This record gives sequence, C-alpha cells and structure tokens, in this order.
Amino acid sequence: MSQTDIHSDIQKSILSQQKTENRRKWILNGVLLVLLLLAPFVMYPVFLMKILCFALFAVAFNLLFGFTGLLSFGHAAFLASGGYTTGYLLSNFSGLTTEMGIIAGTLVATVLGLGFALLSIRRQGIYFAMVTLALAQLVFFFFVQASFTGGEDGMHGVPRGELFGLINLEDNLNMYYFVLAVFLGCYLLVQRIVSSPYGHVLKAIKQNEPRAVSLGYKVDRYKILAFVISAALAGLAGSMKSVVFQLASLNDAHWHMSGEVILMTLVGGMGTLLGPVLGATLVVNIEYQLGQGPLRDWVDPILGGIFVLTVLAFRSGIVGEVQKFIRKNMG
Amino acid sequence: MTIMKKLLTTAVASAMMVGGAQAEISNNTVKIGYLADMSGTYRDLSGPNGLKALEMAVADFGGKVNGSKIEIVTADDRNSPDVASSTVRRWVENDNVDMVAGLVASSVTIATTKVLEENNKLGLVNGSAASSITNEHCTPNHIHYAYDTYPLANGTAGAIVKEGGKTWYILTADYAFGHSMEKDVTAVVEKNGGEVIGSIRHPFPTPDFSSFILQAQASGADVIALANAGADTTNAITTAAEFGVTQAGQTIAGLVVFLTDVHALGTEVAQGLQLTTGWYWDMNDEARAWSDRFMEETGARPTMVHAGIYSSTIQYLNAIEKTGSDDSQIVRKQMMDTPINDMFATNGRIREDGRMVHDMYLAEVKTPEESSGEWDLYKIVRTIPADEAFRPLADSSCKLVSSK
Amino acid sequence: MSMIFGVPMAVLYGQLLIGVINGAFYALLSLGLAVIFGLLKIINFAHGAMYMLGAMGTVILFDTLGVNYWVALFLAPVLVGTVGVLIEYFLLRRIAGQDHIYSLLLTFGVALIMQGILTNIYGVSGLRYSMPDVFKGGVNLGFMFLPFYRAWVIVAALIVCFGTWFMIEKTKLGAYLRAGTEDSQLMQGFGINVPLLVSLTYGFGVMLAAFAGVLAAPIYSVTPVMGSHILIVVFAVVVIGGLGSIGGAIITGILMGVVEGLTKTFYPPASSAVIFLVMVVVLMVRPSGLFGKEA
Repeated sequence: MSQTDIHSDIQKSILSQQKTENRRKWILNGVLLVLLLLAPFVMYPVFLMKILCFALFAVAFNLLFGFTGLLSFGHAAFLASGGYTTGYLLSNFSGLTTEMGIIAGTLVATVLGLGFALLSIRRQGIYFAMVTLALAQLVFFFFVQASFTGGEDGMHGVPRGELFGLINLEDNLNMYYFVLAVFLGCYLLVQRIVSSPYGHVLKAIKQNEPRAVSLGYKVDRYKILAFVISAALAGLAGSMKSVVFQLASLNDAHWHMSGEVILMTLVGGMGTLLGPVLGATLVVNIEYQLGQGPLRDWVDPILGGIFVLTVLAFRSGIVGEVQKFIRKNMG
Repeated sequence: MTIMKKLLTTAVASAMMVGGAQAEISNNTVKIGYLADMSGTYRDLSGPNGLKALEMAVADFGGKVNGSKIEIVTADDRNSPDVASSTVRRWVENDNVDMVAGLVASSVTIATTKVLEENNKLGLVNGSAASSITNEHCTPNHIHYAYDTYPLANGTAGAIVKEGGKTWYILTADYAFGHSMEKDVTAVVEKNGGEVIGSIRHPFPTPDFSSFILQAQASGADVIALANAGADTTNAITTAAEFGVTQAGQTIAGLVVFLTDVHALGTEVAQGLQLTTGWYWDMNDEARAWSDRFMEETGARPTMVHAGIYSSTIQYLNAIEKTGSDDSQIVRKQMMDTPINDMFATNGRIREDGRMVHDMYLAEVKTPEESSGEWDLYKIVRTIPADEAFRPLADSSCKLVSSK
Repeated sequence: MSMIFGVPMAVLYGQLLIGVINGAFYALLSLGLAVIFGLLKIINFAHGAMYMLGAMGTVILFDTLGVNYWVALFLAPVLVGTVGVLIEYFLLRRIAGQDHIYSLLLTFGVALIMQGILTNIYGVSGLRYSMPDVFKGGVNLGFMFLPFYRAWVIVAALIVCFGTWFMIEKTKLGAYLRAGTEDSQLMQGFGINVPLLVSLTYGFGVMLAAFAGVLAAPIYSVTPVMGSHILIVVFAVVVIGGLGSIGGAIITGILMGVVEGLTKTFYPPASSAVIFLVMVVVLMVRPSGLFGKEA
C-alpha cells in the first residue's frame, strides 16, 4: 500500500470516528431533551424549575471559570441583582409583561457585570477572586440596606404574570416550559460561544495567558466580554428564579451562594458543558433529599466533604471524569 | 305552620351542610409538617428540639384524633425562602400536609404563609419574631402564636421607663428588623415620658461592640437599649459587662433575648438584664412539670418557642377533634373561638388578624448568688396583661381587620 | 469639649484606641494567613475555622479538664496546630503544585465540615467562658474606660506578631523556611527535610489563628460559626497588605483596625463594608497590595 493510501485510510477512519462521536452526541442530546420535556409530568415542576435556574447559573459561572480560567467569588451579586430587579419591577408596574421584567433584570446584571469586570480584570488569580468577593460584599450590603428589597424579610408576592401578555404563567406547566426554553436557548448559546473562534481564544487564555498575549490577542477585551456574558446569564437565572418562586431574598446575594455555584461547577465538571448542569442537579437534590431525611443535620458537613473529595480525587468533576474514562477506553 | 317550620329548618340545615365545608378529615390523616432551621443561626431557637416538642404534643394527644392518625414530616429550611417555598409547595400540593409548624426566619415565614394561603392550608408560626407577620403580611391561613417583637420591645421599654429609666440610648442593628424595633421603642419611651438622647446603627452582624458600647457609655443615658438579636445581642451584652457598664450605673435593656442567649452568656455576665418573655420554664408548676419532661427528652430547658409549639399543636388537635374537620378555615375559626389557658398561655385568645395574644412577662436575669442551677436564669418581675402587650388592632395594617 | 466633625475629641481618642486593639487582633489573624500563603502558596480558607477551634478548644478544655486560661494560651494552639499538620499531610499535600485555587476550595470544604459537625454537637448560641479573674475590671484613662483584658490583647498580639516576623525574616530557621519553600529541590539536597518543614509551617500559621481564638474566648461569643464572618474580613486585610508580605500583614491589620474604628465613629453603618471598599481601591492603585512582592 502506498503512503497516500495509508494516509487516506487514516483520514477516513478519523472522519468516521468523528461521525460516530457526533451521532452519539446527537442521540444523547435527543434523549435528554425528551426527558426534559416529559419531566414535569413525573416530577414536581417547581422543583425542576429550581434545578434549571441553578443549572443556568452554574453554566454562566462555568463560562468564566471553566473556559476562561477566572475564578469569580462574587457571582451571587448577579443572581441577586437580576432577581431583585425583576421582582421589584413586576411587583410594582402591572403594565409590564413577565418577559419584559426578566429582560430588565438581566440588563441590570449585565451592567453590574461590566462594572465588576472593569474593576477586576487587570488582576490575576487569587487577587481577581478577592476583588470580585469584595465587590459582591459591597453589593450585598447595599441590598441589606435598601428598603425595596425588604431586607431580612425578603421581597414577596412577585406576580408570575403573563408571558407576552398571552400565556398565563401561574400555571406551573406553562412556567416550566418557558423556563426550559430559556435554559435551552442559553445552553445552546454557550455551546456556540465555546466552540467558536472566540471560545478557542478564551481556552487559550486559560491555558497560557502570556502566550495568548504574545500572539497579539487583546486578552483584556476577551476576558471582559466573557465576564459580562457570564454576569448576564447569571442575572437571567436570578430573574427567572424570582418569578418561579415569586420571591427574592438576601440568601441570593450572600457569599455562600457564590460558594455554592463554585461547588456545583466543580462537582459536575468545570470546562465541560454538561458538567455544571449535572452539578446543579446533584447539589440541589442532595440539599433537598438530605434536608428531609434523618441526615438533615448533616447537610453542611456532607457538602463540605463533597468539596474536599472532588478537589482531591475528582478534579475534572463527574462529567470530566466520565469523558476521560470514555476517551481512555474507546479512543 | 309547624310543618312549614320543620321544612324550612331542614332546608336551611341541608343548605348549610352543602354550602359549608365538609366536616371530615382529609385522607383520614392529619399530617403536620415541621419546617425550621436545623443547622444555621436560628437552630437553637426552634430546631431539632422544636420537633421534639411537636412530637410530645402529638404523643400526649394520643397519636390519633377522631380515629385518624397523626403524621409528622420534617424538613430543614436552611434559612432560605427558596427552599421553604418549594418544600411547602410540595408538601401541600403533593403530600397532603394539613398544617405547617415551626417557622423561624421572617423571610421563610412570609414565603410559607403565601403558599399556605394559595392552597388553603394552615400555618402555626412560633419561631418568628417579626410583628409584620400579623400586620402587613397577615393571611387567613396562619396564626402567629408564641410572641413577636411588639410586646418584647414595648413591654421592656414601657416597664423600664416607668421604673425611672428616663434617658435612652439605642444600639440598632442596621437592617429592617432593627430599624422597626428602634421605631417601636422610641415611640414607647416618649409616650411614657422618657427621652431618646442618642442612637447608633451598627452593621448586621457585628463581631466587636467595644466601639459602640463606648459611645453608649459616653452618652450618659440611663438605659442602653439593644435593638438587635442573636449573636449581636449576646456580643453587646458581653462587651458591656467587660466595660463595666452596669457597675457604672447604666441599665441594659435587651429587646429580643431568648433563654438560649442568656444561657450562653451566664448569670455572671448577664445579671440584671431586663427582658420580656412570653413564657418561662420555671414560672409555675404546670410549666415546670412539662419542662422537666422536655429536659429528659432533649437535655436542655425549653424556650418559649418550644413551649409555644407544644401548646399550639395541642390546641390545633383539640380544634380538629371538636369540629371533626381538618379544613384550615374551620379549624382556624374554632381555635379563634377557644380561649387558651394552658401550660403555655394565660388569658390567651387568637384575634382576627391571626395574632395570639396572651399575658407576657417582664423578667430580670438573676445574679450568680440568686441562681441555683445552669438554667435557673430568670426572675419574673411583672406580668404584662394580654390586652396591653400586643399591637392594638386599631394600629394594624392587616387586611383581615374589619374595623379599617 | 473640642469637637472634630461633630464628634468630641475624647470619644475620638477612645475610638482610635479601640481601633488599634482590634487592629492588633486583625494583625494576628492575617499574620497566620500571610505566613501560609507567603511561604507555602496555600490559600487557607480554613483559617476562620482554626480561629474558632482555638476559642472552642479553650472553652472545652476548661469545661472537661479544668484547664485554665494561661495553660490554654499554649495548649489550645498546639492542639489546633496538630490538626493543621494533619490536614496538610493528608489533604493539602496531595494537591501541592496545582493551581492555588484548589487549595482555596479544599480548605473551604474542610471549614464547612468542621463548622457543620460542631454546630450539631454544640448548637449555635455559643459557649460560656468567664473572663480570667486577674483581668477583670479596667482603668479609667480619662477619655474612656479601658478594660485590662483589652490592654492584654494588644500586648499579647503584638508580642506574637513581632516574634513571628523576627523569626521568619531574621533567623536561620526562617531562612531555611523561606529557601525551602522557594526551591525545595535545592534545600532537600542540603539535607533539609522540606516536607516536614512545610507541614510545620502550615501548623504554625494555624497556631497563630488558634492563639487569636484563645484571646477571643473571654470577650466574643464562642460559637462554631464565629470564624465564618471574620474569615473574609481577614482575607481582605491580607490582600490589602499584599499576599506575600508578612510584615505587611501586621501593619495593614493595625491600619485596617484604625480605619474601621474611625468609620464606626463617623459613619457606623458602613463599618463592615469599609474594608472591602478599601480593598477595591488599593488593588486598583497598587495591584499587589500595599506591601506586596509579586504582581
């Protein structure tokens, strides 16, 4: 056999391998989609919506941490500002339809994200994390003081309203499909971003920032954009959450919430797309299931234990480890 | 005429039976959900021991009511209204829970009562302090049972002013709760002829109070009021003792102080502290007897919240027994029509805004010499009658109060 | 009475003194963090929990074994230091050389575990600890009443801070430590047991936190969550001072105590937030903190 023949054989087998991988991905995604569409008939819709909102929050955080390598310890600020803004507008302006309230909340979080980014982007590593934490604390103190948030009592009675003025969102099923649609849309958006040339630059920045700079990329601009997108999606998650639960509270702005989204992303698998979704599902479920049973006094130590275990042994998270396993045994 | 009368009576009676709610117990089970903070800041107030109090009530009632069994389910609300809201929703929509008990953090309580209102179930609130729960946040689906900040602040403030504490300096936690207490106390002090000569707002939470105590001392006020709660209150009291505040002649008034706080401080530090409480484990024989049983089960003395959980549950089960129904409105009405005089409350009754009013007590923390044991902490100085203690209905912004 | 911005001078002096006292406290706590990060490049998010263990340990030792305050000042930190050594040996060592972020997450998890377990055992209301008799009371300085114990806190904190700084920057042991963590291959070549040094350093940093905890026991509520709030404040102090600098941590700690004290005098509601504001401003102007070494 000639060199070219061997070469084209190799090319063919790579192509067919890619095709099988793609097909596998499509089948997997298809199955998940069907499960998601049928889920509210089997499980409790409000609980599912909680998972979807936190999954979006984690996906947003992962864009910044898993793909760009920037650990933000202040993402709760975006979740809360989206939630409080939407909650306030929908409660006080009956002319607003629900999606307008949610868009407004997302915008506020986006602007806040830009502010955070401009103040913090020049710093590296732990300094960056600490600046985001400090800024988030300032936002937290603002929410504690401001009367419109209701302070410790929280903001209650946010109306579900009508989507586009037509679809009544009081119905849990309607609300679920709306949240699912938004979530899927954002998930696909992040997927596109990550596999686009822009996304590749982000990954290059995460791997070796000095090299990216030397290659001529305006690294700061890429990082700022990633931060702003991440903040916007986190704000969107918060806005939706406040409509689902019809409330917003200081818990959303507390630094423990920032810690929780880090846990979800880490456990699920940072730098993967499904990872944060899985992580969110797991953490929310663990908190709920354990909170009901005899282990209810031990939820915090158990979450702490999961943190420790994941860092020690499963740094790529569940999805990451599964991917590694598949690659090893089938690649 | 008599036949007509008979016919009319039967017709009316049938109409009432059909029009009114059915007198039956849903699913032949009375299911009570206990929702409280099991692992966070409010754990000691209600928490796992509150569950014990609930279980004691059910057991003492016999475990059954009118032949139907009583079931208890529990969840940790993690001080999160999200968690509380989704848990309670699931409970009432899927799991046939009839009544929710416990409920401490105000954000949790307000979220929960909204869900209960939508689903026409009942909530018995014992843990929460916020008086807004029967004010702007009142609903026809819950009863605020044990206490709230109104009698706590006003009872203490009123009593101290009357005893001669004319000038006041208020240390306020800088959040909604603290602000509203500061407002309430200022009103009471001024109404009784006193004067608030200064106040300072500290961040919530604050670990170190030396700076604030210093300023309170410098003011020279007769009374230093603590418009805060929890760790802030205990830290402030500890620091005040360290700086010799009471020795120098100023009185410290704690506006939200629980037995568990005083127990954590000890008589040496907290002696002389004036506070108002809804109940005290050693205040009479009945209370003491129940507290001894509680101590055997849990190893600690009960707070007024624990006692309130026990008492309200018994009242609830009594109401079901009398009416034969666990429908929230029927039971609530029955509870409102029944005066409460038991181990927990004296002269107790539930008003139309859902507030259970009962005699409250002004207490003072004993000195180490007066105290004979770890939990022998209070002496009851005065009783504040039910009518005086709580926010008058005339001042209420509750939607259920018809006199508006 | 002369006034500045509406505040009497006497009150101002009192607040400044309190600020210095609190600052000494912050200095002690940030010192441990700075040692651990400066020398080991570990971001110790369990520092608050170690502080808490020192305080709780003091109370528990007293309640169960009758250990008095003076013994506790040495015993509690040693015990907590041992816990630290174990954490370093069994957990942190496995992620040595990885991105610093992982040490942050690991120690964060460890803190959660400790706080959760202790909350279940002891509740959250706090444990009682009496002020040692010798310190009861205070002296009237004219502009304020200074409790003896607070004066002791400044003295103890400053002695320990200065001693630590001296040991690390000026002694041979300190030199070995600094060299060993910068170039462990070389130092091992000289026969120095670097891994042991690393464990002991972590243990020592943690001991400093526990010592602060013992100092705190008589004056602050001793609860399983007392470390949680102070943790992020102390991190802010260390970052402002510059993560690599040990002397910087001490000076910044005292400085921040004074800044906080002034805020409590002139605008109290902001006194919790002011440190974070300072952090943001400082990092914008001096990216590696006031005294930091690396950019």
